[in-house]
Amino acid sequence: MSDKNINVASTGNTVGKVTSAGGPGFGNKRSEGLSGKILLKVSDLKVSYGGIEAVRGISFDVPEGEIVTLIGANGAGKSSTLRSIVGLEKPASGSITFNGMELTSMGTEQIVKNGITLVPEGRRVFVNLSVYENLRMGAYLRNDDLAKDLDWVYSLFPRLKERHWQAAGTLSGGEQQMLAIARALMSRPQMIMMDEPSLGLAPIIVQEVFDIIREINHQGMTILLVEQNANMALKAADKGYVMETGRITLSGTGKDLAENQEVKEAYLGKSRK
Amino acid sequence: MTKKKDTIAAIVLLAAAFALVALLDKVLPATGIIMTVLKKGCIYSLVAVSMNLLNGFTGLFSLGQAGFMLIGGYTYAILTIPPADRASVYQYFDGGIIQFAIPFWAGLIAAGLVAAFLAWLIGLPVLRLKSDYLAIATLGFAEIMRAIFQWDKLGPLTNGSNMLRKYPSFSTLMFPFAVAVICIAVIVLLINSSFGRAFKAIRDDEVAAEAMGINLAHHKRMSFCISSFFAGVGGALLAMYQTTIQAQAFKSNMTYEILLIVVIGGLGSVTGSVLATFLFYAASEWWLRFLDSPLMIGSFQVPLLRSGFRKVVFSVVIMLIVLFARQGIMGDHEFSLSGLMKLFGRKGKEASANE
Repeated sequence: MSDKNINVASTGNTVGKVTSAGGPGFGNKRSEGLSGKILLKVSDLKVSYGGIEAVRGISFDVPEGEIVTLIGANGAGKSSTLRSIVGLEKPASGSITFNGMELTSMGTEQIVKNGITLVPEGRRVFVNLSVYENLRMGAYLRNDDLAKDLDWVYSLFPRLKERHWQAAGTLSGGEQQMLAIARALMSRPQMIMMDEPSLGLAPIIVQEVFDIIREINHQGMTILLVEQNANMALKAADKGYVMETGRITLSGTGKDLAENQEVKEAYLGKSRK
Repeated sequence: MTKKKDTIAAIVLLAAAFALVALLDKVLPATGIIMTVLKKGCIYSLVAVSMNLLNGFTGLFSLGQAGFMLIGGYTYAILTIPPADRASVYQYFDGGIIQFAIPFWAGLIAAGLVAAFLAWLIGLPVLRLKSDYLAIATLGFAEIMRAIFQWDKLGPLTNGSNMLRKYPSFSTLMFPFAVAVICIAVIVLLINSSFGRAFKAIRDDEVAAEAMGINLAHHKRMSFCISSFFAGVGGALLAMYQTTIQAQAFKSNMTYEILLIVVIGGLGSVTGSVLATFLFYAASEWWLRFLDSPLMIGSFQVPLLRSGFRKVVFSVVIMLIVLFARQGIMGDHEFSLSGLMKLFGRKGKEASANE
């Protein structure tokens, strides 16, 4: 869509017209303030499935304590990016470092242990397990006491507490999404990645989900958010990246991207007039 | 709190069952029809629960159960035949190559271990397959086992296609009952542990389970090995019960029968499997027996009643049960998904409560 606006470097690195504002602590009102430390660094990541390149060399950073979002249409490679970060997909090339550790050679088990967790697309709660058991599964790799974390997630999601012993399959879509997020939090991650948390939810529930995302971020959690609902995602995000067919074509602060003409036309449904 | 009550109730019930079994051993003739049903019920309960662990709780559709029972039964027999009797058992193979015997309890454990080891060996390649393909591969494995154990060249070990006999067996009901209770209790403890919860998580959603950091390959393999271990012990019990064992008998039919029991009882329900096993054998060995003998009312001979008719009726009954149960579930499904989940939830709770 937007060749005239963007410099796509041959490496696939992102140099968007809108880029910038960046740097530590931009536009941030969070109480503790942001360290500006880069928690996750993805460089020239390529992911392919049987010869088809889903991700064609992307690079981006996730600073500690921020919400970063990847937006883009279906098939842009957003989910593949998340899946390769958490080790569910082996990248063809490139590097992913988290806290300075290289993740590309690690398995999912190790990556989760190191503090990254994924809320998979489509909720994917364990339908025959109770809410409580789902939460226990989230903490599967932990051997320490869970009571404090259970109290914490139940305080974030009081409705889950009411449904403590209910099979997760009996929850509504919105509740299942909350459970999926709560389950991910139970691993006590440093960074939580969410794949389309608004998918298939009623607008009012989507609002609730994003309120929760802001709330956990406010409590200091770093969040990498993949969304098709660009409007909501950009509003919540400190920084955003636009992905198209496996490449990052634009980047900037959430606010700047939301005001960008290209983004507006392609993802926010507003025409140029 | 209710959980505590449930546990106490379960212990009381179990103690009562043990007392009842001890009483039955005194009162009933050891080879009577009721004893046959109860003994077979105990043995196949264990096998059905082991199959349920894999198919119902971990969601791996495997049809290798008869194969692992065969391995378990043969391991037990081969290792426990007293050296003095080996010459007569292995008469065509110069008394065989093994000239020692281990005690029966060690034989039972060895039966499980050998079955688990073979499961471990084939687990890596086979468990990569999904659904139907896994079923075909495991079914094939069981058939191959049956052929290998009958192979002439292995005669010194397996006695070829001749039967194995003269190994220690049991005559009381208490023995298979106690072994089955212990094994099923272990399986229930496993299912309710966090490791077992991971099995259920894998069944519900592999992708999410993997994202939680559950190592899929490792957990599937463990489930396969554990299931096979108990199938092996079950096979050894069956060998003991029959007092002779022949590889030829472990046909895929046997697996289907167990699968049927598991399905009727409910995939993912331990108590369902146990209950279904006893019902199944009571029906096939006892309640429907009368169908096999001609019956005269006055001078009128009731039609159709003759040898073999029992199997016809039995098949129809099974079809009705499966159809009926399916209909129930389907009806729920049409009504709402949550109803089905509730049904599953209740079954799961029963399983954990009653054991």
